[in-house]
Amino acid sequence: MSGPLLDVAAVGKRFGGFVALSDITLAVPRGERLGLIGPNGSGKSTLVNCICGTLRNDAGSVTFNGHRLDGLPAHRRTRLGLARSFQLPRPFHTMTLAENVQVPILYAARSRGHRGPGSGLRDGAEALLDMVGLGGKAHQRPADLTQIEMRKLELAKAMASDPQMLIADEVMAGLSHREVDEILAMLLKLNESGITFIMIEHIMRAVLAFSQRLVVLVAGRKIADGPPHEVIRDDDVVAAYLGR
Amino acid sequence: MENLRFGLGAVVVAACVFIAAKLIGNQYVFFAGYVVLQYIVLATAWNILGGFTGYVNFGTAAFFAIGAYATVVLHKTTSLPMPVMILIGGVLAGIVGLGTGYLTLRLRGTFFSIATLAMAVVMQTLVTNWDFVGGSRGAYVIRPAKSPLLGGNYIEYLFLLMLALSVIAVVAARAIQHSTLGLGFASIRDDEGAAEAAGVPTLRLKLLATVLSGGFMGMAGAPLPYYVTYLDPASGFSLSYAVNTIAMPLIGGTASWLGPVIGAVLLGTLQQVATVTISSALSLLIVGVLLVLFVIAAPRGIVGWFQR
Repeated sequence: MSGPLLDVAAVGKRFGGFVALSDITLAVPRGERLGLIGPNGSGKSTLVNCICGTLRNDAGSVTFNGHRLDGLPAHRRTRLGLARSFQLPRPFHTMTLAENVQVPILYAARSRGHRGPGSGLRDGAEALLDMVGLGGKAHQRPADLTQIEMRKLELAKAMASDPQMLIADEVMAGLSHREVDEILAMLLKLNESGITFIMIEHIMRAVLAFSQRLVVLVAGRKIADGPPHEVIRDDDVVAAYLGR
Repeated sequence: MENLRFGLGAVVVAACVFIAAKLIGNQYVFFAGYVVLQYIVLATAWNILGGFTGYVNFGTAAFFAIGAYATVVLHKTTSLPMPVMILIGGVLAGIVGLGTGYLTLRLRGTFFSIATLAMAVVMQTLVTNWDFVGGSRGAYVIRPAKSPLLGGNYIEYLFLLMLALSVIAVVAARAIQHSTLGLGFASIRDDEGAAEAAGVPTLRLKLLATVLSGGFMGMAGAPLPYYVTYLDPASGFSLSYAVNTIAMPLIGGTASWLGPVIGAVLLGTLQQVATVTISSALSLLIVGVLLVLFVIAAPRGIVGWFQR
């Protein structure tokens, strides 16, 4: 199919009198690694929530892979191949890691007739946990995991829905230098396998290493969109982060 | 099939219970046993929504009374056999579950619970003002003297029906727990937003849980008019049904099908014994004390205690 995989057209969102997003237009071609940055409160997570269906946008439209998403509940969007990871990991805490991954396999990947990696359900879950390096912990519960393992589980859960696009909302916040590199390598490998990425991140080193294109949001508006190293030298962007 | 084997096992256990009750040869065993079985059904039904899916329902009495009052109406207008009345009561309560679920399931946590409590009050007010079913005066139901099945009197028959109903409820709850549906319910309980992001159609699953839960509660209530022979709104909608039905799974453990069964057998039996030996007013006190003890000492119930 031609055209971008994700097309965000003039999306707006208000909370009462507060304009959280205003006239955001953004196209993400298949296979791209897009970085989305902006100061705290600039509307990054609101935009992700509007794309993924956690919030409804008041204006504009979101099209994914040729499907108009407006009005679709979040689970339908996941089933169409649009996966996300949450800023703070949100595991299913009473389930084992294997069961955590089985939920999206059963409810998202299988609903499209895809069987996900591996043949059986158990194999599929184990393959995903292996991929993120949690293979040995399939029968433990999330409470036993370290912070980075929790992020990896979050990634495995997102991947379990067999997505075409993954929106990674601050998957690396709070991780050490080495751990950031580990996650980056993992994301790059997934991108090579054909998954389109939107990465929201405050760790500039990671964003710059990962992104092919950078979009900057400030106060609910898109102020820059282009190659990363040009964008971070843009006067408006510098002003937004450092003040004039 | 695993579920089939468990079902057969449950039928065998139930048969043993019935034979044992027959052998004891005291009519009161059936009379008291009926209440314990009724609570197995109620607690198991409550747990499908409350334990598996994480939505605490304070409106048990409403669903239960819908089943009971459906029987009052059917008794006055038809001469259907009891099992059919149970089925109709269950279907009606399930439909009401669907309706209230649709109105209330967008509320989360405490707000949902308060809405179910309000629903029970509304239902009770409606029934109290409905003359055909006796209004606040209550309705009398003359029950047949003889059981149409396996001899004995009618109480034995009601006991047998409630025994069958508990087998069906427990087997269904266990099957759900180990199925894709059960995994979906658990994901809603753990984190509804994350469940939705994982592709789980949360609203549809919550509605299904409410219908199943409400339906079983209605079925548990349907034989009540024949059991008590006099039903008024105050007893049909008694808050003790709601309290007991929440306390039993909490004491037994809410995460699995076994918890409500253990809780209902334990607490139900204790209440029946206390009613006979000490006083009937004591039974609610027992529930209160046990509930406090368990919340402090074993918040995951008896099953959770042993799984540590």
